[in-house]
Amino acid sequence: MRKTIGLTGDGAAAEAMRQIDPDVVAAYPITPQTEIVERFAEFVAEGSVRTELVAVESEHSAMSACCGSSAAGARTITCTSSQGLALMHEVLYIAAGNRHPIVLINVNRTLSAPINIHNDQSDSLGSRDCGWIQLYCEGAQEVYDTVIQAVRIAEDPAVLLPVMVCLDGFVVSHNVEPINVLDDQEVKDFVGEFRPAYSLLDTENPVCLGNLTLPEYFFEHKYSQAYALEQSKGVIESVDQEFGAKFGRSYGIVEGYRLEDAEIAIVTLGSMVGTARAVTDELRSQGVKAGVLKIRCYRPFPIDEVVAALKNIKAAAVMEKALSPGAPGPAVFSDVLGALYHKGVHVNLISYVAGLGGRDVPARSIRRVYEHLEKIASSGRVDRILNYLDLRGWQ
Amino acid sequence: MAKMVEIRWHARGGQGAVLASRYLAASAIRENLYFQAFPQFGTERMGAPIVAYTRISDAPINLRCAIERPDMVVVLDPTLLKAVKVTANLKEGGAVIANYPGTVADLARELEVDGQFKVYAVDAYKISSEELGRPIPNTPMVGALARVMGLIKLENILAEFEEQFSHRFKPEIVQKNLQAVRRAYEEVQGL
Repeated sequence: MRKTIGLTGDGAAAEAMRQIDPDVVAAYPITPQTEIVERFAEFVAEGSVRTELVAVESEHSAMSACCGSSAAGARTITCTSSQGLALMHEVLYIAAGNRHPIVLINVNRTLSAPINIHNDQSDSLGSRDCGWIQLYCEGAQEVYDTVIQAVRIAEDPAVLLPVMVCLDGFVVSHNVEPINVLDDQEVKDFVGEFRPAYSLLDTENPVCLGNLTLPEYFFEHKYSQAYALEQSKGVIESVDQEFGAKFGRSYGIVEGYRLEDAEIAIVTLGSMVGTARAVTDELRSQGVKAGVLKIRCYRPFPIDEVVAALKNIKAAAVMEKALSPGAPGPAVFSDVLGALYHKGVHVNLISYVAGLGGRDVPARSIRRVYEHLEKIASSGRVDRILNYLDLRGWQ
Repeated sequence: MAKMVEIRWHARGGQGAVLASRYLAASAIRENLYFQAFPQFGTERMGAPIVAYTRISDAPINLRCAIERPDMVVVLDPTLLKAVKVTANLKEGGAVIANYPGTVADLARELEVDGQFKVYAVDAYKISSEELGRPIPNTPMVGALARVMGLIKLENILAEFEEQFSHRFKPEIVQKNLQAVRRAYEEVQGL
């Protein structure tokens, strides 16, 4: 039976994992992801899942165990944050390169130093080139729904790539909100039984995985992997649509909020989308033509969708919770800019880095970003491209 | 236009404010209301002042940030009234609901409130000591807050407690907590 209950973002992720009942979970607890592992360990202890829970000694081992179990043909899920994702880094490339359909729930937290346990998106944005699909969630309901969708996306024979489901640490992971939870059987039917395309344990159809690949073939291997990631967009979309048709909730690759006639827009991902929606509603009631572009699917980057959504905008700001020190601009900003260049579209585009290390991103600060955009829209001139929200003493 | 109530909780680490804020919020499901409940994300230590937030609304809540201008403030420990400026950024006409052993007039004086806020007092330590044998203020304060807020019926607050805690506490402990919630709901002064 479907029911609405109060769950945190972590709790919603754990609930989805319980209903998916994966073959293997190999994970190591780290703040703010800990509640997922704790809850899932309870499910294992009480026998409500049949999962083999591998309590590893580090995140490097967690992702390595995930690669092993996925190679053996087991449906595999893990979760981490921050330093944990960083410690997995080399194995993330192996998961993608070996085409293991692993699902990783990443509860976004900043990276040390200085040591800080709070939210920003440095960890997963820093892993953007590992070859994983990355989906960013705005709230706990979307986390729940996306974890379920992620299993289908990863395992689709046309994809066979690992999927990272990202949620903002504390802001979403530790906030209790009403979540509509599907019936266990509905989830089981939606994800279906895992029939691995290639399995090391399938001795009737032997395959090799992780071979030494020398210069004559390496490049082609990497290209086919990158091509699969580009092509996965269609599957991400169709799984989301099927989910929507069955359960009444879908999210798209990107979502334009009040963008149809908008003149100024904030482009962002994760929990900042929600606050930007609230500020947009307020500005609209005052006659300001504001809108929001939510990027839910960050890898593969939705070039066509982003450009289509922004092409008539007079001024837009990309807001993200990560720095790219020494780069011409931070990651998401650079990708949006690159997408516009791909299509030969010019939009006055600025960047706002916000909320590093858990600094709150309040509605009034987002209002100031829109005020900045109004100035650019009316003058037609970008005064400053790289901006930092609520940062003391920047030059 | 959506109607939203924003509540800020002040307590000391270990008093169960986060649990209480979540429990209150979850009760709102029974009224078909939307909610958020989250702690202020600091490093929490037993006994140190902590802050938690609850939003309750009749429409889905998009905001994903701390509460800057609360409509209500709940204070779980009377020693915080002097230690922390609990009325900071409280909306004009907003409410302070405190665990306080004295009268509402004494509380208003202690908070230096002169009509700009509504003040409510309930002796949650006394209630929980009598009902539970320990001065745990969180559940009675939920009862007092529910009464002042008026959005969630007492029966729904009680039913949610039973649902959430029946598997964690023995039946008699559940009953004692329910009695503490009920008493605070009835005994809160300043209405």
